[in-house]
Amino acid sequence: MTDHILRMRGITKSFPGVTALRDVELSVRRGEIHGVCGENGAGKSTLMKILSGVYQHGSYTGQVVFDGEDCAFGGIRDSEARGIVIIHQELALVPQLSIAENLFLGNERATRGLIDWNRTNHAAERHLRRVGLRENPTTPAGALGVGKQQLVEIAKALSKEVRLLILDEPTAALNDDDSAHLLDLLRGLRDEGITCVVISHKLGEIIDVADTVTILRDGRTIETLDVRADQLTEERLIAGMVGRDLEHRFPPREPTAPGEEVLRIEDWTVHSPTQPDRRVVDGATLSLCRGEIVGLAGLMGAGRTELAMSVFGRSYGVRISGRIFKDGKEIDVRSVRAAIRHGIAYVSEDRKRHGLNLVADVKRNVSAAGLGLLANRGWVNEHEELRVAERFRDRLRIKTPDVLAPTHTLSGGNQQKVVLAKWMFTEPDVLILDEPTRGVDVGAKYEIYAIVNSLAAQGKAVLVISSELPELLGLCDRIYALSAGRVTGELTAGEATQERLMRYMTQEDRR
Amino acid sequence: MSLDVVPGSDVRAPAEAPRRLRINPRQSGIYVAFALIVVLFAVLTDGALLRPGNISNIIVQNSYVLILAVGMMLVIISGHIDLSVGSVVAVTGAICAVLTVQLGLPWWLAVLATLVAGALIGAAQGYWIAYFGIPAFIVTLAGMLVFRALTLTVLGNQGIGPFPDEIRTLANGFTGGYLGNVGLGPLGGADLVSLLAGVLVVVGFGVAQWRSRRARQGYGQSVDPMPLFVGKIVFAAVVVLFVVVQLARFRNLPWVLVLLAVLALGYSLMASRSVFGRHVYAVGGNLQAATLSGVRVRPVTFWVFVNMGVLAALAGVIFAGRLNQAGPTAGTAFELDAIAAAFIGGAAVQGGVGKVVGAITGGLIMGVINNGMSLIGAPSERVMLVKGLVLLAAVAYDVWTKRRSGAVAVR
Repeated sequence: MTDHILRMRGITKSFPGVTALRDVELSVRRGEIHGVCGENGAGKSTLMKILSGVYQHGSYTGQVVFDGEDCAFGGIRDSEARGIVIIHQELALVPQLSIAENLFLGNERATRGLIDWNRTNHAAERHLRRVGLRENPTTPAGALGVGKQQLVEIAKALSKEVRLLILDEPTAALNDDDSAHLLDLLRGLRDEGITCVVISHKLGEIIDVADTVTILRDGRTIETLDVRADQLTEERLIAGMVGRDLEHRFPPREPTAPGEEVLRIEDWTVHSPTQPDRRVVDGATLSLCRGEIVGLAGLMGAGRTELAMSVFGRSYGVRISGRIFKDGKEIDVRSVRAAIRHGIAYVSEDRKRHGLNLVADVKRNVSAAGLGLLANRGWVNEHEELRVAERFRDRLRIKTPDVLAPTHTLSGGNQQKVVLAKWMFTEPDVLILDEPTRGVDVGAKYEIYAIVNSLAAQGKAVLVISSELPELLGLCDRIYALSAGRVTGELTAGEATQERLMRYMTQEDRR
Repeated sequence: MSLDVVPGSDVRAPAEAPRRLRINPRQSGIYVAFALIVVLFAVLTDGALLRPGNISNIIVQNSYVLILAVGMMLVIISGHIDLSVGSVVAVTGAICAVLTVQLGLPWWLAVLATLVAGALIGAAQGYWIAYFGIPAFIVTLAGMLVFRALTLTVLGNQGIGPFPDEIRTLANGFTGGYLGNVGLGPLGGADLVSLLAGVLVVVGFGVAQWRSRRARQGYGQSVDPMPLFVGKIVFAAVVVLFVVVQLARFRNLPWVLVLLAVLALGYSLMASRSVFGRHVYAVGGNLQAATLSGVRVRPVTFWVFVNMGVLAALAGVIFAGRLNQAGPTAGTAFELDAIAAAFIGGAAVQGGVGKVVGAITGGLIMGVINNGMSLIGAPSERVMLVKGLVLLAAVAYDVWTKRRSGAVAVR
């Protein structure tokens, strides 16, 4: 006899022109960790928004039964009153407010309308202890790293007497240590009787932590699997998500001998702009060859993005020292324009913040970095621009009705392809791809890997930064490991394993 | 570079792009709204709104706000705001008056010097905004006070005038009847030059639209269906010809209309086709993405404000010329009209979106409301009320359409 804390039945939700959910079922047992998997656009977030009342009762059809009672939530407050709390992918802390203030935001510990600070801070401390966060509750939330902010969010949920905790991509921005801690915490909460629903693209994690997994595809429930009884594997999950067997997660690639060296970064040191004494990158030396895909592995905070951005026109950091050689000659890359001129391209980690002009159309995003190639005396050749955008749409299979559609209407994977197109159009010799498949669904990941392979086949040097070690192992010819700003190891594809890489990535002592 | 880079990827075949009608409700909405407002007031005023003299009036009366709206549109697209333009209009009008009336400089030299002064004012403000990093709201709020103070310092409590005839003609005058009049039957005589100019504009517009349509078809892009395409052009042609015929029957073309037409065309091209214009959109759309794409953000911001200063100076000369005197209260609240015109005309609050033609349409919507309501004898407080509500409605509509399309995108 199973006891379900939540049953969602026959949920159908339509937006003008699209049906996001069709007859979806979700049943969550009391006291379990329930994973929800699916590609981007499969309907996971929509389902969670219905559950948490963001989409009000009446805007969808179907039934939500929580703890044996029919629910008709008119908003988040209604669902929270019942003990359903959702933690979104984008953390919702106010950076200027203290941890304690954030914990009780909208739920203040007050006496007759005045906040009781002693009570607030004391209660905050208690909740922080529960999530294993040793921080002073008066510390501003913005001073914490992403991992700790995530813990504050969970503490906040606990302060609301949560019974069903929903986490949307909780580890997307976390390094492996923080992820492991978070997953442990979830197990602990489960043992205390709190039911969790976890949405994640990291399938290994889901299998690791969840008891049951529900797979959504194209707005329908495909299946619900028991992790242990069904001996769930990643391949099995992927098969359910994409609706076919994905024999290889990485496209085949003919191994070629790397060509001559294109880019050499020597003794590169970068200081933090906020703490100028701190070395974020410390004497790093890297080299890239023609036709080579090189990985850069490192935990969060190891200085991967900072290294890339400081090389790309000094877009990050202060007191930068070191030398950069392109084709054997030393170059000076003082600005982004200089970097582009020297044939360096940087596809940023966060495409929405750093990569795209979301209100502009696809065409203008594709031409944004290479506008000079389309211009004559300051005037843009619009016809040529259109042709270029169309060409990249075909080549990269960017799914959009046409290139004049605003970029924000595209899915994550297609937006990422637009950013790739933007940089491919500048005809670079060196491409630095920072988390090229973050927030991208399985199918589009494969396509992006194929694009990376073809860039290497054209003789370009590609540097891939990724938090997902399997991605680096599947894609790269050679991998550098970075720890605390230092290059601690270099492995060829043949030598590299997750364990070896992890050892270098966590190595802290000096050489 | 012709490799098919995704071989054997059969994840999903790219969906064949549906040929659908591309109507941007936000952009076309204001033209429809403008048409409706014109019809409404034409009916309410028994046609007085559309009489030859009145059409001429609307254009001349609103010319300086329209000029400001063009510059303001660029400022807003770049993600900033300029509160100082009203005071800049006043101080540049005063400068022009001092140069012509008191120092007796030739009119063209005085106008040129005034425009340079406007550029310097824009540069001063642009420096603090672009290179020092102070929000434009603060810098131009300070500018609003400083330049009003300068105006009062120069002028004291009284105005300076009268202006030379040439400046008055630019602001208030009409083109001459160089080719004489032609009879238009029951409509009476009309100026041939004005009519020819109108026909030229219509033909030019039609040809440009046709060429761009052909080019887009050549690249396999979706275009409006033929009836809609022709309908749009015919509608525009009818409107232009109607206005021109009315003007030709009255007193030929106002010089400011010629000036406005040149500005509208020039700035539209600049915004959409020049590298600088593209960079303005890029900076306003996503500052960090623009920076990382190699856009020199600071110079772009700086020059947007220099441009605003020049246009404000132009508006200052025309406003002073129209009143035939530079007064200490000139330009009061013009910044609000210009900002309202830009937002009614489709600018987005966050920046990155907007069109020059939209700003002009937005300015004309307010001009027609002003004029129409005064024709039916509405008191000025009611005019203000209606303008405020129109601004609110326009931006509410913008937010609403965005939210609706956003709901589809964010699944």
